[in-house]
Amino acid sequence: MTLLYTEVEEELRASVHDLLADRCRPDAVLRRAESASPYDADLWKTLSREIGVAGLLVPEEYGGAGASAREAAVVLEELGRAVAPVPFLTSAVLATEALLQAGVHEGLPAGGRDLLAELAAGETTAALAVSLAASPYRPLPPPVALNDHGALDGEIRAVAGADAADVLLVPVGTALYRVRAGDARIDVVPSLDLTRPIAVVTLSGAPGERLGAFDARRVLAFGAGLLTSEQLGVAEWCLATTLAHIRERHQFARPIGSFQAIKHRMADLWLDVARARAAARNAANLLAARPEPGTEAALETEAATAVAKSWCSEVAVRVAEEGVQLHGGTGMTWEHPLHLYLKRAKASETALGTPGAHRDALSALADLPAPI
Amino acid sequence: MDEETVRERAVAFLAGHRPEDRTGFLRARFDAGLAWVHFPEGLGGLGAPRELQNVVERELAGTPQPDPGTQAIGLGMAAPTILAFGTREQQERFLRPLWTGEEIWCQLFSEPGAGSDLATLATRAVRDGDEWVVDGQKVWTSGAHHARWAILVARTDPGVPKHRGLTYFVCDMRAPGVGVRPLRQITGEAEFNEVFLTGVRLPDSLRLGAVGDGWRVATTTLMNERVAIGGGPVRRGGGMIGLVADTWRSRPELRTHDLHRRLLALWVESEVTRLAGARLREQLAAGQPGPEGSAMKLSFASLNQALSALDVELRGEEGLEYDDWTFRRSESVDFFGRGPGYRYLRAKGNSIEGGTSEILRNIVAERVLGLPSEPRVDKDVPWKDLPR
Repeated sequence: MTLLYTEVEEELRASVHDLLADRCRPDAVLRRAESASPYDADLWKTLSREIGVAGLLVPEEYGGAGASAREAAVVLEELGRAVAPVPFLTSAVLATEALLQAGVHEGLPAGGRDLLAELAAGETTAALAVSLAASPYRPLPPPVALNDHGALDGEIRAVAGADAADVLLVPVGTALYRVRAGDARIDVVPSLDLTRPIAVVTLSGAPGERLGAFDARRVLAFGAGLLTSEQLGVAEWCLATTLAHIRERHQFARPIGSFQAIKHRMADLWLDVARARAAARNAANLLAARPEPGTEAALETEAATAVAKSWCSEVAVRVAEEGVQLHGGTGMTWEHPLHLYLKRAKASETALGTPGAHRDALSALADLPAPI
Repeated sequence: MDEETVRERAVAFLAGHRPEDRTGFLRARFDAGLAWVHFPEGLGGLGAPRELQNVVERELAGTPQPDPGTQAIGLGMAAPTILAFGTREQQERFLRPLWTGEEIWCQLFSEPGAGSDLATLATRAVRDGDEWVVDGQKVWTSGAHHARWAILVARTDPGVPKHRGLTYFVCDMRAPGVGVRPLRQITGEAEFNEVFLTGVRLPDSLRLGAVGDGWRVATTTLMNERVAIGGGPVRRGGGMIGLVADTWRSRPELRTHDLHRRLLALWVESEVTRLAGARLREQLAAGQPGPEGSAMKLSFASLNQALSALDVELRGEEGLEYDDWTFRRSESVDFFGRGPGYRYLRAKGNSIEGGTSEILRNIVAERVLGLPSEPRVDKDVPWKDLPR
């Protein structure tokens, strides 16, 4: 059983799905997107504490579920399907993975271990203070530095999940620091993605605690690999919603879904989504095995991530765009939730490495060298 | 029957038989139930779950195997149809030599006037006592010149709507009145043929399924054909992408930035298509057949075409050459062999053979996505009254 879903994964999916069906309906998401608190703190509390999603990736010794990327991926599929405004990707995946990686070689200091336990319990939410547009394959720009007093100075644009966070994990060179959100300035900016808004994080002499090393490539690639499952959920919702529409909508005295000009497009989209599902599942499955860096298995995992992120990014955008087109004028309205999915899809395409960045990485990973 | 039992049978078989005698070895393998384990006992199988075939293939790797090039239609289409609809006598007569390759099969479905709209075919079969007399013309028949038998769909009742008046037969390719003429393809060679059927007499014992039930029987064949064509590579970097990637790696002087960008995109598409196929096989093995099967051929066709086209462009001067335009009959169907020009031209057929990509999109849209069909003008009209 590798590319399919296990029974345990299906149970986890069902509990997340049922909660979202009840508490995260499209009209509610739309209303919240325009409110002063775009992240749904209550929903996040229920998800993290009652279903336990916040601690999925945290080892059991810290009170987590000790689960793997496979289970996190299933949660992301459902969160994508609902464009749920909760900081799962930013806190429970990216920040948690950065923290786990920080302790891999030297072990975490007491503060880091406590933080892991708080994250697992859903008592604390964290955000990795890195631009969402950062690519795993390029050195991070060095926006944050230590000043003469050992405190942190700098400004980071496009940080997702920052305004939902109690704690910021801030890379300074190759080290990871912990900063209290209250010690930073977090300015949410109008964001393309209404359901995962971004913020400018400004640190001016913010006190920080060093937690360990920061390996941008590994952490961001892990996030990118899992983001593909969220993109799959977005794509599946758009496909299902568009299908329902073209079965119902009549023009020329027929359902528009009976015209070949539309059916053939839907068949192609379905095939793209079927392949996205296989690619996302493969990435999650390989990431779950946590291969040793530098091994053949690690290279295969990196290649699978690059394949999945380039494919799923474009498929999610394509299905959302086709959804808008096939909904006609309705697809252009603020009232219909499709635009929330289009915006999530388009922003996620850029997030954690564009499709082109991931394809470029395959040049080395698949041994297809560039022209000399 | 569990995995261990199947493995023991395969190991015992291998210990008791010499692979040097190819035909003898394959006959014995069929008789041991190790041809296709999910077939019933006595018909090349063990009545075991389908996924255990992999166990046999692993144990018998490196021994003589059926030839997928010449036996594709027999193995992929005729055999599952005979299993599903044949009488026990038909199954016992045909399956063994079909599997060993002693008898080659071809497919008499398409006609000059019936391609995508296969059910409108006009070849007539008229009952005469215990026999049927068949008259008509078939086309695009791969391997008819090698074939001992054919699967044939003919019209037995022109007075009812087209899907209802068809009957499925096994056609004896040696019967008087069967004429095979090679049909030259854009590749220069003749892989397929026109087949003329003139007063061909077939005993009723060669009928497969009930009179008038030919469409349902043919649908079984066509589903299996698409799965066979869309099977695709199992290995990462295998198949057509592997051929192009090898050239890319060994010939740095051919590389350009534009080709590089397209090659990387096609690598990604090949990989996600391979993974979707692997996932489909896992679903089948777990007893959850998914609808992805009918669609894999769509991906396979467009990928093969894009990759083989890129290959010609990549090779520059070499891409301007062609290995051999000689009009000759090909021995088997080969998508990956010969030169880049041949592969480019042969791949054009991938979106036509076994159901055009347009028809397959209709199938996905209607059967998988549940979308309504186009309004039909031919549904309830007797075949003889349809405009032609």
